[in-house]
Amino acid sequence: MSTIVADARLSSRAVARAHSSVRLRRYLSHAGTVVLALALVVWTLVPIYNMVLISLEPEGDVFTDHIWPRVVSVESFWGVLTQGHWYLEHFWHQFANSLYIGLMVTFFALLFGSLTSFSIGRMRIRHGWLVSNAALLTYVIPASFLAIPFYRIMQNYGLANNPWSVIAALVAFATPYAIFVFQEYGRSIPIEVDESARIDGASPPQIYLKIYLPLMAPALVAVGTYALLLAWNEYLYQFLLLSSKESMTVPVALAQFLSSDQSPWNYMMATAIIYAAPPVAIYYAFRRRMTAGLTVGGVKG
Amino acid sequence: MDNASVVVSRPAIRWGAVSRSLRGGLKGGEYPWALAFVLPYAAVFLAFVAYPVVYGLWMGSETSLYRELFDDPIYQKSVVNTVLYLAFGVNVKMFLALLLSGFFMRPGWWVKALLLVFVLPWAVPQISTFISIHWMLNGEWGFLNNVLFKLFHIEGPSWLNERWMALSAVIVSHIWKWTPFWTLILLAGRMAIPMEIRDSARVDGATGVRGFVHITVPLLANLYLICTLLSTIFLLGDFNAVNFVSGGGPANTTHVLATLGIRNAFEIAQPRLGVAAVMSALPLVIPLVIVLMRKLRTAEVQL
Repeated sequence: MSTIVADARLSSRAVARAHSSVRLRRYLSHAGTVVLALALVVWTLVPIYNMVLISLEPEGDVFTDHIWPRVVSVESFWGVLTQGHWYLEHFWHQFANSLYIGLMVTFFALLFGSLTSFSIGRMRIRHGWLVSNAALLTYVIPASFLAIPFYRIMQNYGLANNPWSVIAALVAFATPYAIFVFQEYGRSIPIEVDESARIDGASPPQIYLKIYLPLMAPALVAVGTYALLLAWNEYLYQFLLLSSKESMTVPVALAQFLSSDQSPWNYMMATAIIYAAPPVAIYYAFRRRMTAGLTVGGVKG
Repeated sequence: MDNASVVVSRPAIRWGAVSRSLRGGLKGGEYPWALAFVLPYAAVFLAFVAYPVVYGLWMGSETSLYRELFDDPIYQKSVVNTVLYLAFGVNVKMFLALLLSGFFMRPGWWVKALLLVFVLPWAVPQISTFISIHWMLNGEWGFLNNVLFKLFHIEGPSWLNERWMALSAVIVSHIWKWTPFWTLILLAGRMAIPMEIRDSARVDGATGVRGFVHITVPLLANLYLICTLLSTIFLLGDFNAVNFVSGGGPANTTHVLATLGIRNAFEIAQPRLGVAAVMSALPLVIPLVIVLMRKLRTAEVQL
C-alpha cells in the first residue's frame, strides 16, 4: 500500500518536474525570441538611424562624436526644400526630372507590357514564345553589363543628357517583368469573356480596352508601382546618361555630394531622406500587391 | 497573404491552360492586330537590348584586349573580390532569409509588426542607405566608431581603408539590403505549403528541427534553388553596393567586375577594356542564364 502511495507521489513529482522543464523551455524560447527580435530591429535600423541623426544636426556639427542628437535642427531639411546650398541649387528641378522619368517609364512599361501579354496570352499569336523568351532573357541579363555599349549608342544618336535615353533603357528593363505578371495574372480571367465579346462583334482593340485592361487592374497597379520604384531608385544609367545639372535626377545629384569627404553631410542625409520618402510611402501603401507581384514575376517568371 | 494563393491555386490554372489550347486563339482577320500589339515591345527589345548586346560583343571581340586585361593586377583582384562577393553575399543572405522566413511564420501581432520594420531596408532606395553606411564606417567621425568608443572605449579602425574590411563592409551591406526581399519570397513559399501537410507532419511527430529537415527543406528546395540562382545573377550585376560603400577603394582593391567595367570605361576612358572586364564574366553568366531560363520558363515552383 505504502509503496503504491510512494509511487504515486514519485510520479506526481516527476510530472511536476516535467511541467517545470516544459515551462523553463518555453520561457527560454520566449527569451530567445525576444533577443532575436531586438537584434533584428537594431540591425535593420542602424543605417537608417544614422541617416536621420546626421540630417538633424546643424551644419558644422557633423564632425563630432555624439551618438544621440544634441540639438535637433531642421536646418538641413529647410536647406534642401529651399535649395539653400550650392550643392542643391537645382533640387526641385532634379526632383521633377526623377518624377518625369518615373512616370514615363511606368506608362510605357504598362502600355507595352499589357499589349504584348494580350497578344501572346489572349490572342495567342504565332511564335509568341519568341517574344516571351526575349523578355525572359532581358530579365536575367544584368543591366549594368549593358551600360557601356548602351552609353556609346546613345552618344552616337546624340541623346546624351536627354531623359528619353534613360526612359528607353528603363522601359526595356521593366517591361519583361510586366509581361510575366500580366501573363500569369491573365490566366485567372476566363477566355470565354473574350469570346463572348467577340461574338458580340467587338474588335481586338475594343476587347483590349474595354475588357482586358479593366479586368487586369490589380496587376496594373502592382506592375505600375514596380516600374515607378525601379525608375526612381535606378542610379547607373541616370549617372552615365544625365550629367548636366539641369538634366540630372535626384540620385545622381545625391551621389555628387560624395565627390569630397568635406561635403555637407547633414544636407546630404536630408536629401537622402527626402528622396527616400516617396518610395517608402508607396511601398507601405501597396505592400500587399507588391509582394504578390514579386512572387509571380520575381520567382516564377 | 495574397501571393500564397497564387501558388496554391496552380492546378486550376493548368486546367485553364489546357482548355484554352483547345479553344480561343486567333481568328482569321485578327492577325494584323495581334502583330501590331507585339510590335512596340519587339522594337524596344531590338533597339535597346539586342543592339547593345551585339554592340558590346563587337566592342569586346579583340583577343589582345583580354591579354591586357588579365595582366592588370586590379583586374585580378576584382575577380577574387567578385568570387568572394558571390560566395558570401548570395549564400549567407539566402540562408538567413530561409531561417528568418521560418521565424516570421509565427503567429502574433508583434511578429507582423516586426516584419513591417524588417522590410524597411528593401523599401528605402539603395543610394540613400549605401551612402549612409559609407559615412557610418568613416574612421574618424563615423557612427560605428562613435558607438564603439562611447560604449566600450574601443578605438575603432578606419573600416574602409583596408581591402578585406572594405570588401566585408560591402558584403554585409548587400546582405542588409537584400535579405528582407528574399525573406518575403521564401515566406510566401512557406505559406503555400498546404496546412494539411504541416498538420499531419506535426501529428506524426515532425516538429522543430525534424519538421524543418523533413518537411520544409524538401518542399522549399526548388524555390530556394531558383532564388539562389536569380540572386547570383542579380549580385553579379550589382553596381551600387560596391560603388557607394567602398567606391572600389582603397586603391582600387575592392572592385568587382561590374564596377571595374564602368571604371575602365569612364574613369580611365578605355571603353573596350571596360566591356572586356564585363565580358570575362560570360563563362559564368551564360550557363546561369540558360539554367534560369529553363527553370523560369516551365514557370512553376513545384511544391
